[in-house]
Amino acid sequence: MEWLSSHKELVDGILAIVEASLLVGFVAGSAVFFIWLERKVAGRIQDRLGPTRVGGRFGWLQTIADGVKLLVKEDLIPADADQMLFRLGPYIAFCGAFAAFIALPFANGWVAKPLSIGVFFILAVMSTEVFGIILAGYGSGSKWALFGGIREAAQMVSYEVPMALCVLVPVIVAGSMDLNYVSNQQAGGIWNWYLFHDPFTFLAFWTYFTCATAQCKRAPFDLAEAESELVAGFHTEYSGLRWSFFFMGEYGAMFAVSGIAVLLFLGGWQTGIPFLPELSSWLASALGDPEQLYGRYWLGWVIGNSINVMVFVVKGWVLVFVQMWVRWTLPRLRIDQVMMTCLKYLLPISCALLMGVSLWQVAVYPWVRSYFSYVLCAVCVGLFAWMAVKVVTTPSHLPVSVTGATNLWHRGPIPPELAQKP
Amino acid sequence: MIFAVGLDHFLLLGALLFVCGAVCMATKRNAIGILMGVELVLNAATINFVAFARYNPVFQVEGQIFALFVIVLAAAEAAIALAIVLNFYNNHMTVDVDTAEELKG
Amino acid sequence: MTLTDVLFYLLAATTGICALAVVVTQNIVRAAAWLLFTLGGVSGLFFLLGADFVGATQLLVYVGGTLVLVVFGVMLTAQGPFINMRISAAEWAIALSVGLILYGVLAASLVISKQLEPSAGQSVSGEMADSTVLGQSLLGQSQAAPAGYLAGIPASVSRERKKMSYLLPFEIVSVHLLVVLIGAAYLARAKRRRSAVVPASSPQRGDGRTNGQQLGVTV
Repeated sequence: MEWLSSHKELVDGILAIVEASLLVGFVAGSAVFFIWLERKVAGRIQDRLGPTRVGGRFGWLQTIADGVKLLVKEDLIPADADQMLFRLGPYIAFCGAFAAFIALPFANGWVAKPLSIGVFFILAVMSTEVFGIILAGYGSGSKWALFGGIREAAQMVSYEVPMALCVLVPVIVAGSMDLNYVSNQQAGGIWNWYLFHDPFTFLAFWTYFTCATAQCKRAPFDLAEAESELVAGFHTEYSGLRWSFFFMGEYGAMFAVSGIAVLLFLGGWQTGIPFLPELSSWLASALGDPEQLYGRYWLGWVIGNSINVMVFVVKGWVLVFVQMWVRWTLPRLRIDQVMMTCLKYLLPISCALLMGVSLWQVAVYPWVRSYFSYVLCAVCVGLFAWMAVKVVTTPSHLPVSVTGATNLWHRGPIPPELAQKP
Repeated sequence: MIFAVGLDHFLLLGALLFVCGAVCMATKRNAIGILMGVELVLNAATINFVAFARYNPVFQVEGQIFALFVIVLAAAEAAIALAIVLNFYNNHMTVDVDTAEELKG
Repeated sequence: MTLTDVLFYLLAATTGICALAVVVTQNIVRAAAWLLFTLGGVSGLFFLLGADFVGATQLLVYVGGTLVLVVFGVMLTAQGPFINMRISAAEWAIALSVGLILYGVLAASLVISKQLEPSAGQSVSGEMADSTVLGQSLLGQSQAAPAGYLAGIPASVSRERKKMSYLLPFEIVSVHLLVVLIGAAYLARAKRRRSAVVPASSPQRGDGRTNGQQLGVTV
């Protein structure tokens, strides 16, 4: 123990490397999962099955097969490309998205670097991703890539503004930009979540989510990478591992913005179970006394935080699933519609929300402020329950494969009403 | 002793950036290259401000406030400079500042 | 050599080499890329100094805003001949010598003058001002008085600085930004693009042909 305290800087350095490796592993693992999820979601929404061959019935190993294919592809650099800029583009895009994870807390106190300006730092480093896109678009030496890259850059830069304004709305309610603190403020029941705190944060969540989807270049704002528009936009000339860096960056950014939404609006790692306090401190104080350094207090804290991590990651994955769901449901917007949406609609809406939440905090009757969250929570939970009931009770038919067989989902004899003729 | 980082090291780095920016302003023929030199000079000044804020407790808040103002004003000045460069390009079909000699002599 | 020193030397080397590359490179787009790394290195130095808010603002405003604006300007004006503009060797020699002399003068003045060192009663500030303190002082609500005194200023004057308020500069900068951005948007609006200005003494004038009027285009 004395060696640790005397070589504090070495320990700090080693800890930093360990944390960075954990985060890289998490981002890479999430990307592997998201690629599979995207293909399955795309398939099921388009009334087909998605990957079903590689690695079992559900294609679990499809992403590994895709990764191997990308690794063995020929590394092609166009003759007209600017060699240095072409090579730099994917790495800058990936670093811009990955650096956001430095200040993203996964559980109470489990953050790579606790920053008092956490959410501001995340927005700042994610704004450097634009440069990777510009360099990739210009450096490819092709007009499709240049147009796609410049349009993409204009879109990303424009959507940062309403995104930052919408992020400010819960920050005003919480009083701090530290994501750890904001998440701890939402402990207790589900009505404590900032989503239900006042009408302005409620609208700010949806506006933020729209801006975040546009910021991540996801449909319906993915004009610059659409095949029907500009071949493939800024990553037209990229193949193999370089292309996969762009997409790791994109999935990393998707999880980062979903993580911010979860922490700011959806209670972070709080389970939302009524009257259950924040898990790590509750389990720690329930199991042991704070005096012992590594006794049951520490064990309770670790167990509570592990549950917190799982809750946070699941919530983040749910929001990423919503982004994928939106992508495969809505048609694409034109570039002028994309810019008009940002500058003429989302930007004034976010300014109005910012003003509204400031007035709400100071000028509304206290009893309205304290009871509004319960009312809104009850309405939302009721709507969600009604939707869930409708989803479960609506009769549907299973997707039919190419051969007309419906027995891919059943083992044993097929019920007669499902044995359809192709 | 010289390896321990102090105020002087940050000021020397600021001086290096300033000199790079000044030489960039003097040698680049592309108008936007000159603008890049201006950005380097402003960054050098900002490094100086924040270094003084760290190493002299009197300037703890003022150094950072001034750095923020410099960053904001540099952004405003870059916007205007680019508007001027675009007008120059529209009128002369070139961004080579050596051709901007209509006010000469 | 503490970790801070190692990080400083790494970041300073990055920033310095990339700043030199901005000057040396002939390709304007590559100069923008080197400038990106320079600004990123400067932001890293701000984080190393403990000024988190300034570092994040540098990334958000400078890298994500100003530099993107500069690169858009480069793309709008980057016709073939203007991407690589060569400088003659004589100009390089003059620029190099002037640069070295200027750097020598600055470095010498920094190293020679020892009055800049903090007096014995003060030490390196352990904690840099938080974003809360910065925000309060920008709004004029700060309760903190400046710590310590400046060498060379009489103590009576220093004692009169009761609190730090930067509300007036804050408002001025806000209005300034508004005016500047409106002006820049007006200046850079799409206009009818005339052909290149023809000198009055050229034979092309007065031959009955009007200058072709084309609508200005924007990306």
